[in-house]
Amino acid sequence: MAKEFIARGADLELKQIRKEFPGFVAIDNLDLHVPAGEFFALLGPSGCGKTTTLRLVAGLESPTKGQIYIGGKDVTNTKPHERPVNTVFQSYALFPHMSVLENVAFGLRQRKIDEPLVKAKKALNLVQLAHLADRKPQQLSGGQQQRVALARALVNRPSLLLLDEPLGALDLKLRREMQIELKAIQMEVGLTFLHVTHDQEEAMDMADTVAVMNLGHIEQMGAPEVLYDRPKTVFVSKFLGQSNLLVGDVTSTSANSISIEVGGNKISVPKDRAEKHTGKIAIGFRPEKAIFHTKKPAANSATNVIGAGEIIDIRFTGVSNQYLIEVPNLGNITVFAQNMGQSPVIELGEKVWISWAVEHTFGLSDLPANVEQA
Amino acid sequence: MAFAAFGSNNSSKPSKPTKTGKVVIALLAPGLAYLGAFFLTPLIALIMVSLQIPDPAGGYAEYVPALEIGNYGYVIAEYLPHILRSFAYALAATVLALLISYPLAYFIGVKARPWPMLQKLMLTLVIAPFFISFLLRTLAWKQLFSNESWIVTTLQDSGLLDQSQYVVGTPFMVIFGLTYNFIPFMTLPLYTSLERLDIRYLEAGSDLYASPAKVFRKVTLPLSMPGIISGTLLTFIPIAGDYVNASGDFLGSSSTAMIGNVIESNYLQINDYPSASALSVLLMGVILVLVSVYVRKSGTEDLL
Repeated sequence: MAKEFIARGADLELKQIRKEFPGFVAIDNLDLHVPAGEFFALLGPSGCGKTTTLRLVAGLESPTKGQIYIGGKDVTNTKPHERPVNTVFQSYALFPHMSVLENVAFGLRQRKIDEPLVKAKKALNLVQLAHLADRKPQQLSGGQQQRVALARALVNRPSLLLLDEPLGALDLKLRREMQIELKAIQMEVGLTFLHVTHDQEEAMDMADTVAVMNLGHIEQMGAPEVLYDRPKTVFVSKFLGQSNLLVGDVTSTSANSISIEVGGNKISVPKDRAEKHTGKIAIGFRPEKAIFHTKKPAANSATNVIGAGEIIDIRFTGVSNQYLIEVPNLGNITVFAQNMGQSPVIELGEKVWISWAVEHTFGLSDLPANVEQA
Repeated sequence: MAFAAFGSNNSSKPSKPTKTGKVVIALLAPGLAYLGAFFLTPLIALIMVSLQIPDPAGGYAEYVPALEIGNYGYVIAEYLPHILRSFAYALAATVLALLISYPLAYFIGVKARPWPMLQKLMLTLVIAPFFISFLLRTLAWKQLFSNESWIVTTLQDSGLLDQSQYVVGTPFMVIFGLTYNFIPFMTLPLYTSLERLDIRYLEAGSDLYASPAKVFRKVTLPLSMPGIISGTLLTFIPIAGDYVNASGDFLGSSSTAMIGNVIESNYLQINDYPSASALSVLLMGVILVLVSVYVRKSGTEDLL
């Protein structure tokens, strides 16, 4: 069985997966398709079911309901050691009683591949750790252990590589380096990567496709740019970056856009960027898409304007300043302004108007939790 | 947990004392005095007695100090079958205890993890026999397997035993008793070792194409080696010197006598103190050599 593993990536398909644990449902009705050769990220907060999904694919858990296909083959009832899948565990799980080289050679030995040590050495070269081959894992730093874990999985050329938050324990600088390295390795070997993470920057940076998971189901799936530009639910708009959300009833509809009324401000959103076109809806915009004005700007059908509001907080973060503006009858709005030395100097307590392009506005399918459903 | 006392893998070496001189000596003094009075002195006395010769002028059971190395040659020549039998029984009982204890400890330490109450209950059951004197329990086994017991008559009737064969007094019965009596000493260190076994290593093993049997051989077994070593030492050493199970008063007979029984009879019945002492020293020496070879072979020198 194991010997005929191919060195190319395979696609993964989950159909109607449900996983119950005593007392709760971890995953409910999950459908997912990961095309071969893609870097796919499952993104979500802890407890959203993403790690359970990964363990189901690895065979370490079995689903209560549903099927798992790898490369078109139903592996739902296959044991973990019979699946063409390798995992880089969050804790690395390097065998403490074996040398680094033996750890990497373990999978090859089990499959009785020729020259396991030569191939293991090559894999260690790939992650630039060949000089530490004879050490024990516990003599290595966290970043080195992570790379050994990666080599131990990659050396088997699995159809599908599973990554369970493998960068979580690394410090920021090392994490950046490893992200770049991982992405480069994925492109080089052409395997399918399924990467589970709670770090939205990591997911957006590395993945071809990101699926945002929440409470056991996928909220939205797509290319990182699309997810960021056009979130469809409150959860996605808040989990991927920051969003300002405004809730109101749709008061007017034109050929291309709809408008809602919030605290005396009329806010428009293009119809093709809104999930719902009637009733009470939530619409939003990104803080960095907005600018503010010290004088009320002229009304314009391509621009949304709200105000006046008062600046109640200013945070300096280096590349940008983050302003918090309290707008009467509307709530607090966040605006990011790049520190390019051009923006007006604005003090705490000053009165400002906020504007952003209608085309940067998005309409969501649900309402924030603190708003009563209409 | 108290069982941690059986713990293994004490890789952390005691750090150098930062406070020198009097404090250290004062703290060490009770321990050193204890070792000196109750370990070193008897050991030296034992070795001295083992080299004594019969008092040429004295009567029965009177000996004078000497350096008679020949005592050792005499006891080896005289009691070689008993010495070999002791280590054979000890080996058999240790292996049996390991085979019985490992699955038990694995179940308590790994499989029963989701149910802490079950773990505690089973551990209590493992220790429960200690609440009754082991002499009584051994006598109870003798009763159960006595010549008139239904077990033996059933075995005889079914043809598994000849009508003239019995169980008590056979090597089987002695090894059975030794295994039974020492199983807790095997189970507890195995449990402490397996209880700390990280399941994620097993998952990594199966993720890397190892079948459950392979995962056990390549991952579980090596990682529980410290428990296996301390468990086998804790059973093998006392079993080799045991004189209760093999004695004719309990489960054995004269044909099953172990080195402990020989020492006992030499000392208490024949009053041949030098021979008894020589056998004791010999037993200690052989165990010391066997254990150090064993520990070195198994790659867990940290334990010594």
